[in-house]
Amino acid sequence: MVEQRLSVIADTDLDRAGLERELEKTWGAQPGFWGMIATVDHKVIARRYIVTAFVFLILGGLLALAMRLQLAQPEARFINPDRYNQIFTMHGSNMMFLFAVPVMEAMAVYLVPLMVGTRNIAFPRLNAFSYWVFLAGGILLWLAFLLDAAPDVGWFAYVPLAGPEYGAGKRADIWAQMITFTELSALAIAVEIVVTVFTQRAPGMSLDRIPLLVWAMLVMAFLVIMAMPAIMFASSTLIMDRLVGTQFYNPAEGGDALLWQHVFWFFGHPEVYIIFLPAVGMVSTILPTFVQRPVFGYLPLVMALIATGILSFGLWVHHMFVVGLPRLGESFFTASSMAIAVPAGIQIFCWLATLWAGRPVFKVPMLFIIGFIITFVIGGLTGVMVASVPFDTQVHDTYFVVAHFHYVLIGGAVYPLLAAIYYWFPKMTGRMMSEILGRWAFWLIFIGFHLTFFPMHILGLQGMPRRIYTYQPELPWGGLNLFVSLSSVMLAAGFLVFFIDAVRSCVHGPKAGENPWNAPTLEWATSSPPPSYNFRSIPVVEDRNPLWSRPGELTVAAGLRTDRRELLVTSVVEALPHARESSAPQSVWPFWAAIATSIMLIWSMFSAWAVVWGSMPIAIALIGWFWPKGAPEEES
Amino acid sequence: MKERVALDVSHLPLHATGTASPTWWGTCAFMLIEASGFSLAIAVYFYLMSLAPIWPIDVPPPDLRAGTVLTALLVASVVPNMLVSRWARQRNMWRVRVGLVVMSVTGIVPLVFRAYEFPALHVLWDDNAYGSITWTILGLHTTHILTDLVDTLVLTCLMFSRHGDNARRYGDVEDNCLYWNFVVITWLPIYACLYWVPRL
Amino acid sequence: MKRTLLLLPVILSGCAGVQSALDAQGQSAILLRNLIFVIVIVCSIVWLAVMAMLFWALLRRDRPKPEDSRTDKPMQTAVIAAVAATVVIITGLTVASFYTTRGLGPVPDVDVTIRVRAQQWWWQFTYEDREPVHAFQTANEIHIPVGKNVRVLLESIDVIHSFWVPSLAGKQDLIPGRENVLTLRAEKPGFYRGQCAEFCGLQHSHMAFVVIAEDEQNYRQWEATQRATPSEPREAEALAGKAVFMARQCSACHTIRGTQATGISGPDLTHVGSRMTIGAGLMENSRGSLAAWIADPQTLKPGNSMPLVPLSAQELRQISAYMESLK
Ligand code: HEA
Ligand code: HEA
Ligand code: HEC
Ligand code: CUA
Ligand SMILES: [Cu+2]
Repeated sequence: MVEQRLSVIADTDLDRAGLERELEKTWGAQPGFWGMIATVDHKVIARRYIVTAFVFLILGGLLALAMRLQLAQPEARFINPDRYNQIFTMHGSNMMFLFAVPVMEAMAVYLVPLMVGTRNIAFPRLNAFSYWVFLAGGILLWLAFLLDAAPDVGWFAYVPLAGPEYGAGKRADIWAQMITFTELSALAIAVEIVVTVFTQRAPGMSLDRIPLLVWAMLVMAFLVIMAMPAIMFASSTLIMDRLVGTQFYNPAEGGDALLWQHVFWFFGHPEVYIIFLPAVGMVSTILPTFVQRPVFGYLPLVMALIATGILSFGLWVHHMFVVGLPRLGESFFTASSMAIAVPAGIQIFCWLATLWAGRPVFKVPMLFIIGFIITFVIGGLTGVMVASVPFDTQVHDTYFVVAHFHYVLIGGAVYPLLAAIYYWFPKMTGRMMSEILGRWAFWLIFIGFHLTFFPMHILGLQGMPRRIYTYQPELPWGGLNLFVSLSSVMLAAGFLVFFIDAVRSCVHGPKAGENPWNAPTLEWATSSPPPSYNFRSIPVVEDRNPLWSRPGELTVAAGLRTDRRELLVTSVVEALPHARESSAPQSVWPFWAAIATSIMLIWSMFSAWAVVWGSMPIAIALIGWFWPKGAPEEES
Repeated sequence: MKERVALDVSHLPLHATGTASPTWWGTCAFMLIEASGFSLAIAVYFYLMSLAPIWPIDVPPPDLRAGTVLTALLVASVVPNMLVSRWARQRNMWRVRVGLVVMSVTGIVPLVFRAYEFPALHVLWDDNAYGSITWTILGLHTTHILTDLVDTLVLTCLMFSRHGDNARRYGDVEDNCLYWNFVVITWLPIYACLYWVPRL
Repeated sequence: MKRTLLLLPVILSGCAGVQSALDAQGQSAILLRNLIFVIVIVCSIVWLAVMAMLFWALLRRDRPKPEDSRTDKPMQTAVIAAVAATVVIITGLTVASFYTTRGLGPVPDVDVTIRVRAQQWWWQFTYEDREPVHAFQTANEIHIPVGKNVRVLLESIDVIHSFWVPSLAGKQDLIPGRENVLTLRAEKPGFYRGQCAEFCGLQHSHMAFVVIAEDEQNYRQWEATQRATPSEPREAEALAGKAVFMARQCSACHTIRGTQATGISGPDLTHVGSRMTIGAGLMENSRGSLAAWIADPQTLKPGNSMPLVPLSAQELRQISAYMESLK
């Protein structure tokens, strides 16, 4: 005991270089393959997550292009109906579960610890586990697609089409199990985010000083925690109906087909805000930097985030307006769906006020944010349109809805995401992306997007249902469809430019300093890219925009040990320091646990006994994970 | 950037305890996940009930005996559980060890009664929707007990090993107790729902 | 019948009104179109207003210093005003929707009741009658009297489908284990294409049907023809076709009233020759297309539930002649 005490090194005993060396020794990843597998550095894991999610965006986008090829002319025969059904199901599921949700979570994993000024995310091993499980889910789905056995029931897999009687083969099971994988990984991250935000904020970062992005991620995490169990329940009961003959969705035995829709959308609606809230958090964080003025209306913006989160649990029925529910209930859901325009409006108006009062600098991230406002408001307003029950009876399940959700998903979430990539790229890689290519990407994507998706509103009103693999030449949709398909090439070109820029800039981009945009939040107070320990010393925060209020100077806390992974635990409301807590060192066990979990989940599509036998390796891996190894992090 | 030291934290403890600890919050977050799951399952139960002309479908309500004994056992187990938690807070190694052994047994006994609960439902999971939802809810709660039991067993082994005497372990014991209380508390509405609602 | 033929080119050439929510010809569809116009206009104005604010905010000249907090007050007022306006507008839209829904409610006096049984991937329509002997079935085509309320009872025998004739009314799902109701009322005679709107599997794209609205007299005449059993074909080829039909699997799946063909897994063919399309809107009905369909339904509509029944060229000609004769 005494000996150990003597070897303890506190940061105050060292000079700058020595401190950095010691910290790197403690926090750095081990070299080599197993070091890579075992790492628990939130930045490394987030980077993997982001890159993987963007790969899924490319794959999903290519599927979209395939659909557009098939729909470009009536009665085209490029893709047969079976393949087409797989393709749109894959496109939707892939974009929602493997791209949009994970990429937002990954941004949270990267940014939240840096923005709250701590050294690693809470439960870093769970974080590593989460990535492996996500990867396994993605591989499962795409392998099935390569084997021509991909799900073909749409991204919400309505029963009975997905049920035991009509969904032949393992296709629907693969869909359901892919959901389980992504849910697991999402839940893990949500827990990490909540705990990181609640207990690991820099001293002084009281609730009213938390960066808006962090607030958004916190609300998103709560949505995940409360909504995802619903889809877990849904996907598990679907598999049970298919595998062991339960009768949840069988009307002949007391089950109900609509039960599926209720449970799915109870999750599915919050899901879209799980994608959208991080995006608005990004906007609220990036915008002030490019007008060089604090955001107007911090408190209303936080309230709007929370209100959207709460309201989102009361809207699910608006996806079911034509199933024949009681009139009164429908009116309630119209009112609640429209009510969500209020928090959305508050945010838009606060951003406009910020722009009005500031001095806009038209760099690429700013362009994407302006594009976001223009586009998202259209998408939001078409959302308000479909929220009206009678209106929706004409456009539900048509291209009008397809237009609505691409406007909000791409305009409302992907634009801010691209802004965020341009904005944080220098932090993540140490290099800037190209302004010139960025402008090209922006204009191609912006114009290509509107040309692609605006005509879909008209197609929908002209009666074109969604999810059709072809249509007859007599129907008046040919011209617009051709136009849409051609435009989607422009949109794709925009994404291509973006990807080229990103890859090129990784290697050749000009070096970025610590804070290339003169931004106010903590992630810019450390080097780019940040070292494995994030901050040489934990910052101490005295207001909302620490880097603006004291340019060139950072107040920090001293006295942390450097010979173990140590960070500060602070109180929930006021962020008063409570303790020096250790953060788990790296380990390969999360990887093994993920492998064991994947085996169990995949096996359980074929046999219910997998749940029994497959749990045992998982239990072993978990014991290996948690059993103490005598590391200094385990002391107290 | 210039750094100015504004705070010295070297006097702070090396480990956060109780509600200040990240593990405690993590446990709460997982409990919230599970609570959402159970609430949803119960909501589905009532939804299916509202659709059925008679409930339970085609069978009498479940026999009360096994379920009621199990409920009594679970409620009673809260007492030793709280004691273990208190001993852990007091860092009393010897008592914590004994307490954990008791809690391991207390985790196993309900499983025995649970085995009799399934037949007491008079219905199989694939008979009808009533069977499906009751088996699912009961099954979920059984996994709940099982996971906590495994957790308790591992923790008991840990406390008997050289890693036992450590403030962190005591924290783990407290969190484990918290979790067991949660297992008991979730059972109460489920018990009411499975056994008494069909008798209304 | 003659008018039917006259209008045929119109529907097949695909005039804009064939299947469009904007080309409203039914009572509900007209109400809905009006609501759609109102909401779209209101929302467009909102968008333009937001864009005006955006561009003003981006392009205006004299900017205050960042530290200057004098702008806070007017901005606060502006934001509050805009939010208040939002509340007013969405309240208005909610009320408008509510009243439109009320206007679409079930009607007390119903003239015709049609039971729809949707299945992968065609529509079975049963015209109900208080006297069951008067009930009759068609497939993928219904006739309704103009200006009368038609009650449509919606059921599904397999997966979820959705009944949608945009020019007449909004859509309504058909869900196994449940029954939904929809009222159709055409204000003008004409052809209205409808299509299944809920994804229902492989051939969801080819699950269309036609609603033919005609005046009372024509409608009654059509109804009478449908009720009657078809007379014996006069053409020799068709007569031979009948024999083939009865001898092959056809009769196991299809019903032709007045014959021994009583199968129920395929569409009722009693008056198939009088319908405008076959294969759920897949093709215009003619002897040629009937032959093409019967010869190889799986190429024309891959995956549909009618198998390829091997027939010689002559048998095929005969069967098609018979089908065509079933007016
Ligand atoms: C990022 C994702 C996202 C977002 C943010 C939204 C936002 C909204 N959505 Fe959307 N939605 C989806 C993703 C999203 N949606 C998806 C994926 C589907 C389809 C799923 C499928 O079927 O495959 C869908 C489908 C969908 C439906 C079902 C349609 C149908 O199937 O028939 C409905 C119905 O009410 C709806 C409503 C809304 C509303 C009211 C909002 C609101 O939040 C919008 C609020 C915003 C504004 C209103 C604009 C800003 C406000 C102002 C500028 C103030 C002034 C405004 C007024 C005065 C009105 N959405
Ligand atoms: C975030 C989610 C998201 C995103 C980004 C997109 C993006 C696109 N979507 Fe998607 N879409 C959905 C979510 C999304 N979609 C969902 C949920 C559905 C419903 C599914 C269902 O009904 O079940 C749907 C359905 C859907 C349909 C309706 C299908 C049908 O009902 O039959 C269509 C049709 O046009 C479509 C088109 C497109 C297009 C053209 C894009 C484009 O924006 C794509 C642009 C991107 C690319 C083209 C990638 C470009 C990349 C390269 C070219 C780079 C190659 C480079 C390298 C190899 C380095 N989508
Ligand atoms: C196994 C059942 C089955 C057999 C055998 C069968 N059919 Fe069919 N038939 C169907 C089904 C199902 C449809 C509807 C297909 C669709 O549109 O999706 C159909 C459609 C048709 C249609 C078009 C009806 C319309 O209104 O769209 C015709 C005509 C027809 N069948 C004739 C025949 C003839 C002639 C034979 C024998 C040579 C035959 N069928 C054998 C099941 C069968
Ligand atoms: Cu029937 Cu789509
Ligand atoms: Cu929704």
